[in-house]
Amino acid sequence: MPMTIAQKIIARAAGCEVVQPDDVLWADVDIAMMHDSSGPRRIWPALERLGVGVWDPDRIVLVCDHYVPANNVAAAEILQTTRHFAKAFGITRFHEAQGIAHTLMVEKGYARPGELYLGSDSHTCTAGVLGCLALGVGSTDILGVVTTGRTWLRVPHTIRIRVGGQLRLGVTAKDLILHIIGDKGMDGALYQVLEFTGSAIDALSIQERSVLTNMCAEIGAKTGVVPCDALTVDHFASLGVDVEPGPFSDADAEFSATWIFDGHAIEPVVARPDRHDDVVPISDLGGPPVSRAYIGSCTGAKYEDLAMAAEVLRGRRVADGVLLQVAPASRAALQQAMSDGTAQALMDAGAHLLSTGCGACPGIGAGVLAAGEVAISTTNRNFRGRMGSPDSSLYLGSPYSVAAAAVAGSIVDPRQFVGGNP
Amino acid sequence: MTTSPISGTARTFGDNIDTDVIVPGKYLVYDLPEIAKHVMDGVRPGFADEISHGDVIVGGRNFGTGSSREMAPRGLQAAGIAAIVAKSFARIFFRNCINVGLAPVECADADLVQEGQTVSIDLAAGRVTIVDTGQVLDAVALPEEIGEILAAGGMENYLAARLARPTS
Repeated sequence: MPMTIAQKIIARAAGCEVVQPDDVLWADVDIAMMHDSSGPRRIWPALERLGVGVWDPDRIVLVCDHYVPANNVAAAEILQTTRHFAKAFGITRFHEAQGIAHTLMVEKGYARPGELYLGSDSHTCTAGVLGCLALGVGSTDILGVVTTGRTWLRVPHTIRIRVGGQLRLGVTAKDLILHIIGDKGMDGALYQVLEFTGSAIDALSIQERSVLTNMCAEIGAKTGVVPCDALTVDHFASLGVDVEPGPFSDADAEFSATWIFDGHAIEPVVARPDRHDDVVPISDLGGPPVSRAYIGSCTGAKYEDLAMAAEVLRGRRVADGVLLQVAPASRAALQQAMSDGTAQALMDAGAHLLSTGCGACPGIGAGVLAAGEVAISTTNRNFRGRMGSPDSSLYLGSPYSVAAAAVAGSIVDPRQFVGGNP
Repeated sequence: MTTSPISGTARTFGDNIDTDVIVPGKYLVYDLPEIAKHVMDGVRPGFADEISHGDVIVGGRNFGTGSSREMAPRGLQAAGIAAIVAKSFARIFFRNCINVGLAPVECADADLVQEGQTVSIDLAAGRVTIVDTGQVLDAVALPEEIGEILAAGGMENYLAARLARPTS
């Protein structure tokens, strides 16, 4: 029977020849991730009550990213608990202040093509860029996984997204995924897997593709997946890991829908405050003024995001009355930006460099918003109060668009700064 | 499935109620009792104080969208909410409800329920009854595999039983 990538991965993990959409079954998990907020602080007491240890310390990734750096004693204690857990259970893939979990999972290639990966965070889907089935869950679900190595799943239907043509200069994966979310609504893919294909996807880097899978959380999807191709194989090769292309969906596999987009027709867009599916072309927006520009999160502060911002900011200054803050998604992203002049360009333009971590994106770390502040951000969500006060306003856009707004003091088409044609 | 029927007063909310409004990020540093005092702060400040033990939240589409924070259903449960009926659920929130032992009831006609009405839920049969009017609404019955976890009172109890009998 023909199957999608998602069906193939689940069938293998469940030890079945064939699985059908809507089947409910138990499957073996290949790799698990938890972080400081959702991990040990929540599940360690339960492990003690149950009187059990962890299933396989080498298949658990543990990352301190939400409360790094601690800015109060309670946060410091959360980090300490996480550290103690890593030591107590012999977790070797433990990272503190090295970057955001989802960025590290991709950078380090911890989840391999064809694997079933569960993480206790909604943006776990990011790793689907590596051709794995990456499913976000909550703390008690991950408790089940780290104690037994198993989880229950409902086999999802898959929507195939085909993006033809190429994205134009100054237009990014962020614009593409916001456009798709705006078109389909924030529950447009509820319970389903989104599989990204087409010439515009093939042409994107791994980091740009990961913006598409990252924001599958914002359309209600179970996850997103980009099939492992030559570029993915090269990424793993650079890490010294040998993988084959695939798995691929069978040509005659059953998809619940096929969504077709023309890459050439995508424009720079933003999501307007409080709804990430309220998406409009910047050219229709009327240039609202902003006082804060934020480049951060697993969505929008990888090396290439910093480089896009620098492309706009090089030789320019952040406008008076605007605070541009940059929180790199990983230590590696910052190091690369330091080695090639990208970080210098950001600093010369007047950017305020923050620590690597989830930062202000979940309203926890440095850089949160006051009532009345209007901000534009490279992050993934703008629910009311997400990044601070419930009376702040948050636009979401690409790194180009956020940098352009920082320079202009209002939201403007970034293509004027990077040589693209509006 | 042995989950007993649930009956309570409906507290209604709209579409796309996200976990950032159910439990704003700034409260996540605290423990459950403190979090429970602030549930729904982002959309209806003071709601926690209005809850009577056993109330049922009735929401619209995509209830619980956004962050995976399990403190969202745990906070609602600790504040006294007995079940959540919605037109549809965000998938992680749905799983989290099962795992903490709070019944998530998918009911396409949830918008027919009005604030303050008494609703009675039969999970095994997949049925929501508006007691005030006698109206019976179809709901999605939980698959047996998932119902077992809910009936155990959540994943931890379920695991406790399984880990104690590893051959089962």
